[in-house]
Amino acid sequence: MRSKIRAPLLALLIVNVLVMLLGFFTDAYVQLNILFIVVNVLMALSLNLVNGFTGQFSLGHAGFMAVGAYTAVFFVTKIYFAPGLLGLFLIGIYSIAGGLLAALAGYLVGLPSLRLRGDYLAIVTLGFGEIIRVVLLNMEFLGGPRGIAGIPPIPSIQIGSFEISSFYVAFFYASSWAVVCFFSLWRLCYSQYGLSFLGVREDEIAAEAMGVPTTKVKVRAFVLSSFFAGVAGSLMAHFTSYISPASFSFLLSVNAVIMVVLGGMGSLTGSILAAAIITVLPEALRPLQEITGVDLRMVIYALALVLIMIIRPTGLFGDREWPEIWRSWKTTRNLKKQTAAQKQSQSARSSS
Amino acid sequence: MKSSLTAVLALAFVVGCTKNENEIVVGEYGSLTGGMATFGVSTHKGIQLAFDEINDKGGIKSKKIKLITLDDQGKDTEVASVVTKLITQHKAVAILGEVASGLSKVAAPIAQQNKVPMITPSSTNPEVTKLGEYIFRVCFIDPFQGFVMAKFASENLKAKKAAIFRDVKNDYSVGLADVFAAEFKKMGGEIVIDTAYQQNDIDFKAQLTQIKSKTPDVIFVPGYYTEVGLIAKQAKELALTAPLLGGDGWDSPKLNEIGKDAINGNYFSNHYTTESTDPATIEFVTKFKAKYNEVPDGLAALGYDAARILAAAMERTTELTPSNIRDEIAKTKEFIGATGKITINEERNAVKSAVVVQVENENRKYVTTVSP
Repeated sequence: MRSKIRAPLLALLIVNVLVMLLGFFTDAYVQLNILFIVVNVLMALSLNLVNGFTGQFSLGHAGFMAVGAYTAVFFVTKIYFAPGLLGLFLIGIYSIAGGLLAALAGYLVGLPSLRLRGDYLAIVTLGFGEIIRVVLLNMEFLGGPRGIAGIPPIPSIQIGSFEISSFYVAFFYASSWAVVCFFSLWRLCYSQYGLSFLGVREDEIAAEAMGVPTTKVKVRAFVLSSFFAGVAGSLMAHFTSYISPASFSFLLSVNAVIMVVLGGMGSLTGSILAAAIITVLPEALRPLQEITGVDLRMVIYALALVLIMIIRPTGLFGDREWPEIWRSWKTTRNLKKQTAAQKQSQSARSSS
Repeated sequence: MKSSLTAVLALAFVVGCTKNENEIVVGEYGSLTGGMATFGVSTHKGIQLAFDEINDKGGIKSKKIKLITLDDQGKDTEVASVVTKLITQHKAVAILGEVASGLSKVAAPIAQQNKVPMITPSSTNPEVTKLGEYIFRVCFIDPFQGFVMAKFASENLKAKKAAIFRDVKNDYSVGLADVFAAEFKKMGGEIVIDTAYQQNDIDFKAQLTQIKSKTPDVIFVPGYYTEVGLIAKQAKELALTAPLLGGDGWDSPKLNEIGKDAINGNYFSNHYTTESTDPATIEFVTKFKAKYNEVPDGLAALGYDAARILAAAMERTTELTPSNIRDEIAKTKEFIGATGKITINEERNAVKSAVVVQVENENRKYVTTVSP
């Protein structure tokens, strides 16, 4: 058991130490974007389970995020909230509540609609996302179209005379979720059970014939994915401090799909990289606008996406994970070296 | 460990800003691209005009104002990141921005937390300035526009029955519609139907037919120009003759492009009108036309006023720190702006009158002024 949680804990530690060091050199703007990266990582990872591993095309991710965000915000603003360590604990509980409610929504939507395939499923999930948004628009006690403002940020924590700033607490909290999400998906997808996801993706009929309960498998993937989407939504709410139904528009779902496709369908490490790129790229192009005075930001951003997809149609990592890519890259490099060496020795021999 | 973190280049996407002692950095954020781009661009032109004028006269305390404008595309995560950037990286002493109230609500807590004053030129939702003592506005609030149109409908148009046709997705529209309904009933009128559409809708005939069957005297459509233009057109096709009333969301040349002649004769409340005989307004319109070769809309005028109120406050401070500037903005009284006399009240809202104008092709015919 101990060895099983060692890798996640180590990952959490490394990420946090890195960001802590980075924290000394950066300002609130960079820090905010680091937090957005983590939210997007969660969003991309969770969607990858459905779109990448199970091969179902869902366009309703924003809807699940909205459920999670509104649940967490409802508890924080209307029920009870306290500063300090207790606040962090409460936020954790509320995020889980948000995730669970999103998972429930995922179950309710998934059960009937996952019998559909491909385009039909995309349309159903798209419709679900819109329904959630319209329901929220008409719920006056959740602010309706005006949304909910003044959501408390993740609190800073006082330990004796030592204060951990809000950013570090927020990052620790968010990255914990990302690590939990990453490792639970990793262990799930690359387990024996995970083969059934891949089976459904590769050939549903064959999988069914081999005794894989395809609908059940799809619903499970959908529920787990919705859970983490809900958590991602609750994090986003704390980081922007304001949510409205407009925050969870169809475009957010599309953004999540872009991350999954860019990173590679069925590559968790690819999703992490893509989430970071999609968050950083538009911001990185901002200085360009400040210098030139012309807003080419979105043009270049879109162009970059198009180019990446043309050069690597399977996404950055395809359906492979980083360790594997690293190993194969090393092998090909070694092979090249060997052949080069062979050629050299051959030419040396022939010339002599 | 507390965030006494130095702003040093750390990631590739950070651009350091050199702080020039002879400059005062003022940040502006707005949607220069995206669906609400005409609002952002108009506001920006007004602000730019005001600061150029002040810089030409030698600036403030012999320092030039440097305006940094960042695009937020009308998205809330972008707003959060852009405003944080303006405050932490560009070290802006004050922030001007956003037209849309929802986006101002994202920015306000950030400005408040960093204790940097923020003036929104045209976010009319009441809740915006409640988010902190550093948040101000130079426009009137939504309830007031609803009140203005209710008063105008019952007193000037002698309407007894009103229909409401609101954009349910839009908090601005819902805010105006709610207040209009309450005030109109208080003035002895009756709301015969309260129906809804959504942004980006194309066809409104079903709702308009429903409205027509109730024979209202006026129809209150507090939406944005795109949908209003289409609604006016389709209302005319259905021979629905009751005048349409609206708020400042109508205020765009696009209204005529889309609505053609069907939009003529309808009324909306606005912050100002180019036809006004107020010398301050005339002066602003002349300057704006000279610089940009176009007629300024209300948002440009408000951007201009916001920038000038900020500049006047900066001029009055003894030392240019964000908190001093905040205190001086709060003391603004009877400021003569392009949109009328502006006094900032204790809730940090502007107390001022509104005008009602009638659409007459490209012109906005001045009808009346309604005071609070």
